[in-house]
Amino acid sequence: MILLTRKADFSAAHFYWNDAWTEEQNVAAFGKCANRNGHGHNYTLEVTVAGEVDAVTGFVVDLKQLKEVIEREVISVYDHRHFNHEVPEFRSVIPTTENIAIAIWKRLEGKIPGARLYKVRVYEMPDLFAEYRGEA
Amino acid sequence: MKAYFGRRYGFSASHRLHTDELSEAENRATYGKCNHPFGHGHNYVVEITVGGPVDPDTGMVCNLVDLDACVREQVLEPFDHTNLNLLSCFEKFVPTTENLCIEIDRRIRQAFRKAEIFSVRVEETNNNFFEIEHSASGSGSTAGRK
Repeated sequence: MILLTRKADFSAAHFYWNDAWTEEQNVAAFGKCANRNGHGHNYTLEVTVAGEVDAVTGFVVDLKQLKEVIEREVISVYDHRHFNHEVPEFRSVIPTTENIAIAIWKRLEGKIPGARLYKVRVYEMPDLFAEYRGEA
Repeated sequence: MKAYFGRRYGFSASHRLHTDELSEAENRATYGKCNHPFGHGHNYVVEITVGGPVDPDTGMVCNLVDLDACVREQVLEPFDHTNLNLLSCFEKFVPTTENLCIEIDRRIRQAFRKAEIFSVRVEETNNNFFEIEHSASGSGSTAGRK
């Protein structure tokens, strides 16, 4: 088995808010991320797939196809959007980096020809990332 | 659902790789320029990755404020702008980045209770790093060179 990772970038806005909580509870838990006007980031996405090297092509996966799947399933939906207001899976889920990584996994799982999704890592900033590996 | 959350921190420190177990010549042969008598320094990067279920109320594995406070207290404040050779934890160990990674891993695992520590990675320069990974089957350490 070999792992292959493709990166992609997107820029989006979000805020953290739990409707079941008071404003004080939200501010205590989320700090400045609870500002309901939102704020934004340049996210970097790393999609890692696992597979065997094809004896003929030498590829684990066709990188062009992988890029197209990431573009279609994730980037075209998230880039230059507001997670809380415009992305359906975050109507009732807080768009933390952890939840974004899980949502991207769900968008990509089973859609990559010839390879198995191994992990999704999302950088919100260069010093902060979340990762999901499909674990329950 | 189990997810992982990672955060990167920096501190600067000096060290000299030298052990009294070896002769002067053996030290020079083993450690090369890292054995120069007055030491040298690095901007170290520490990457801590925690793993655990995503809390449905917060959407988080753990609050980064808690992790930041723990790393600041356990690692950044004691190590930043110090000579690692003079710290008590390196009295008996050569402050290689392998041993530094083991010491940081030990401190963070002992002090952080809000999520499980999945891995500790210490980058000495942009081109080399050392990592301890914890999994259900036990711990493993890796070292890499870019």
